[in-house]
Amino acid sequence: MSEVNKATVLKKEESVNSDLKQADIKIKKSGKVPIYLNGRLIGYCDDGETVANIIIEKRRLGLISHELNVAFHREENELYLYCDQGRARRPYIIVENGKSKLTPAVIEQIKKGELSWTKLLKLGIIEYLDAEEEDHHAYVAQSEEELTPEHTHLEIAPVSILGVVASMLPYAEYNSSPRITMACSMAKQALGTYALNHLIRMDSRAHVMFYPQEPLVKTIPYEILGMSERAAGQNFIVAVTSFYGYNMSDAVIVNKSAIDRGLGRSLFFKAYEIEERRYPGGQKDRFCIPPVGITGHRGEEAYRHLEEDGIIYPSADVNAGDVLVGKVSPPRFLEEINVFGVVEEKERESSLYMKTGDKGTVDSVLYTTSVSGNVLVKVRTYSLKIPEIGDKFASRHGQKGVIGMVVRQEDMPFTKEGIVPDLILNPHAIPSRMTVGHILEMLGGTAKCLSGKEIDGTTFSGTKEEEIRAILREYNFDEFGETELYDGYTGKKIKAKIFVGVIYYQKLHHLVSNKMHMRSRGPVQLLTHQPTEGRAREGGLRFGEMERDCLIGYGASMLIRERMLEESDKTQQLICVDCGYFAIHDYARNIDYCPLCKSNNIETVEMSYAFKLLVDEIKSLGIFPKIVLRDKA
Amino acid sequence: MVKKIKIEIVDEIEKLMYSNLSINPGEAVGIVAAQSLGEPGTQMTMRTFHYAGVAEQVPTGLPRLIELVDAKKTPKKSMMEIYIKKEFYNDEKDLEKIAQEFEATYLADVAKVSENFEKKMLKLKLKRDKMESLGISDMHIISILKKNKFKFKVKGNKILITLKDKLLKKKKLTYGDVRKITLSLKGMMLKGIKNIEKAFVVKDKNDEFFIRTNGSNLKELFMHPKVDKSRLYTNSINEIYSFFGIEAARNAIVREIKQVMDMQNLTVDIRHIMLLADAMTSDGVVKSVGRHGLSGEKAGVLARAAFEETVKHLVESSVYGESDRLVGVTENIIVGQTMPVGTGTVLLKHKTRL
Repeated sequence: MSEVNKATVLKKEESVNSDLKQADIKIKKSGKVPIYLNGRLIGYCDDGETVANIIIEKRRLGLISHELNVAFHREENELYLYCDQGRARRPYIIVENGKSKLTPAVIEQIKKGELSWTKLLKLGIIEYLDAEEEDHHAYVAQSEEELTPEHTHLEIAPVSILGVVASMLPYAEYNSSPRITMACSMAKQALGTYALNHLIRMDSRAHVMFYPQEPLVKTIPYEILGMSERAAGQNFIVAVTSFYGYNMSDAVIVNKSAIDRGLGRSLFFKAYEIEERRYPGGQKDRFCIPPVGITGHRGEEAYRHLEEDGIIYPSADVNAGDVLVGKVSPPRFLEEINVFGVVEEKERESSLYMKTGDKGTVDSVLYTTSVSGNVLVKVRTYSLKIPEIGDKFASRHGQKGVIGMVVRQEDMPFTKEGIVPDLILNPHAIPSRMTVGHILEMLGGTAKCLSGKEIDGTTFSGTKEEEIRAILREYNFDEFGETELYDGYTGKKIKAKIFVGVIYYQKLHHLVSNKMHMRSRGPVQLLTHQPTEGRAREGGLRFGEMERDCLIGYGASMLIRERMLEESDKTQQLICVDCGYFAIHDYARNIDYCPLCKSNNIETVEMSYAFKLLVDEIKSLGIFPKIVLRDKA
Repeated sequence: MVKKIKIEIVDEIEKLMYSNLSINPGEAVGIVAAQSLGEPGTQMTMRTFHYAGVAEQVPTGLPRLIELVDAKKTPKKSMMEIYIKKEFYNDEKDLEKIAQEFEATYLADVAKVSENFEKKMLKLKLKRDKMESLGISDMHIISILKKNKFKFKVKGNKILITLKDKLLKKKKLTYGDVRKITLSLKGMMLKGIKNIEKAFVVKDKNDEFFIRTNGSNLKELFMHPKVDKSRLYTNSINEIYSFFGIEAARNAIVREIKQVMDMQNLTVDIRHIMLLADAMTSDGVVKSVGRHGLSGEKAGVLARAAFEETVKHLVESSVYGESDRLVGVTENIIVGQTMPVGTGTVLLKHKTRL
């Protein structure tokens, strides 16, 4: 593991200078070897190598800050010192004369709790090196056995080359690197217990898992990081086989009964907030049940859950369109003149409501004030998320997939002992991706289930395959994990032996229910009159340029017209036949006329609103486009 | 009887082959061709920028395709294939000699040119070994210098040139002029054919030897008496166009694109390529595909504005008072009418009598 150096540069440069003085290291005004501190020339010395060694020595004695790193560039004969922030540094065990400073006696002391990490650093048993010092002054041994007198450092553990997330993956050394990268990014999306105070937190979105389990196959860093107390996943019994094509292309089959027993179940919290805002002129928003007849009233049905103060009560079941907090805002413009020419003050409805697709139960309501001193209300809803078709799951080997079918336990394949898998993974997911660690973890999980012995999946130092197989053999289990399965539909034995094992699976926060979206008709954009974009705005799916090209390629003229006009932004525009300008309908006189040439020779033309807009924009360029009309065909 | 059968056979062929192969009216051939060429193009991007390890002689793959479609005046690396008439050679060695004759040799290749700005003198130091291998004698160089009216002295391996002020029809030579003269001297051709940088002998599929060159000069090589004119080839479309004319340029485009596609094992129907080549050459000059060529010359204002440089086209057309008759596909989609392709080509003409 490594750390990135922080704290301000200037402060440290000062302290380094005083440290160097105290440690009796003289920096001369001239000499053969220039010395640079954080890239700035601070002086010279005559022998860079010895000065570097003295600094390292004094640093280990604690006379110089442990954050100072040295690099003597022998080719250029220049000495570089670094103490600035942003350098990634790693800890190593110091080796002197081929012997590790971390002696059994020290280890004994650590076990007793007499020595802490900072103490070890002060005692000069371990030290942090940055990239420069590592390059120029370190000869690192991977293990204690290979130590020779030339070695200067010893790696604490081989896993320490990995980062926080990667070191938690079991058997990562058996996997291909892209899959490790994927596994790392997916581990961050796994549902579990993200914070212990989640019940009082008001995160805008949060998932909490019902029954998180710690993995059967763990790694040492996993324990150190305390992940076993805040696990994010469950141990699944997995069979690797196809299942009527419902798990092709990375889909997985999940056992319905397992889901009913709580497998992969989670809660989804969503918080909404609204503020009683102040406007210039002393006007203010008001939380209340909006009175009938107000502009933008949503109908009484929508406000049914609100209490007198206009705020919803906890435990109310809410659906899309339901109002959580009723609010009334002052009019946008102080004077709005109505049809009869009377100045009328009209308030607007501006409630907080559930967006399309949202559904849940009100969990809690927070009544507080915002930073600007306004009344602020936060409403948190929750909804139960039971695994369903389309929910995403992943193992810790970059093997992700969505549920393709939920199968009743009776219909799932089973072993002669009556074990029914929780999940069926398609065998095609394995060979091309070379995630051998996945297979090994399945074997290891089975071995732990059978024996209860700890199976360590730590990268480079985990339980060896042979040991796992020995355990399986001991318990009369197929040492390769291949099991005879019986077809759940027919009860007949499946001819091939099928690989079954226990492996840790994570439920990822990509849930279909939060993504599902459809539209037949819906809102359009104000500017273009074309359908809106995106799920949040209940938008359509874009029929883009390339899709259009395809239809042209087919010669499907009428279909294109339907897509791009009829289903999109069709308008009727009045065009003046005489001058080609957009004409106007005068409601008072009920007459069409051209505002330019006052002609009454007007035709209605069907066109896309985008074209009308284009013409308007061309006009704004200072160009006068005229539309010349002609009879069709 | 025989005649009747003959006619039947011809009819059958016509029915089976010809009418099956002819395209229906209103078919959007352009889009289909563009898609058919574009799709393999996207695949090429990924793998063929470089051939690992092998020194790139002539660009292939996507870079070459872009070059062709953009109608570049000179290809990045032009190349020629020259077959020599049988009567002029017996074996590979003879051909190599001929190849060397083709290679353009410049003064800088056989001599080191250094300048003295103060004295306004140039010094040529001859590279004897090079001269020998290239078959160039001292007289060769001297005659060229004489031709250019230089005043010089020969001292063994060295030739000293004194520059006279009158040389550039100026009163006095500046240092810049001296450098200019040096450069022009370096670039003086001693022998060979202009633009032919390198020529080497290669064997073709039928074990016949031919000369491949870097650089191309169709005009001079075509006139060369030893060259087999019927099999002379260059990859420079522009040279073919200026020497043979537009039809030949069209065929060259087709051939070159086809070659690029074949190299990648991509099969594109040749008719798509032919359509592209036709479109590029239909005006009698080789046009590029894109802003400066095909798309920039579309008839409709709206279609041009929809492609690139929208405002430029709109403003320009307003200056000339252009009108868009809405005949193209793009225009009609913008306006929101049925476009004149496929099912949109047919219109119902109905005369109403009242």
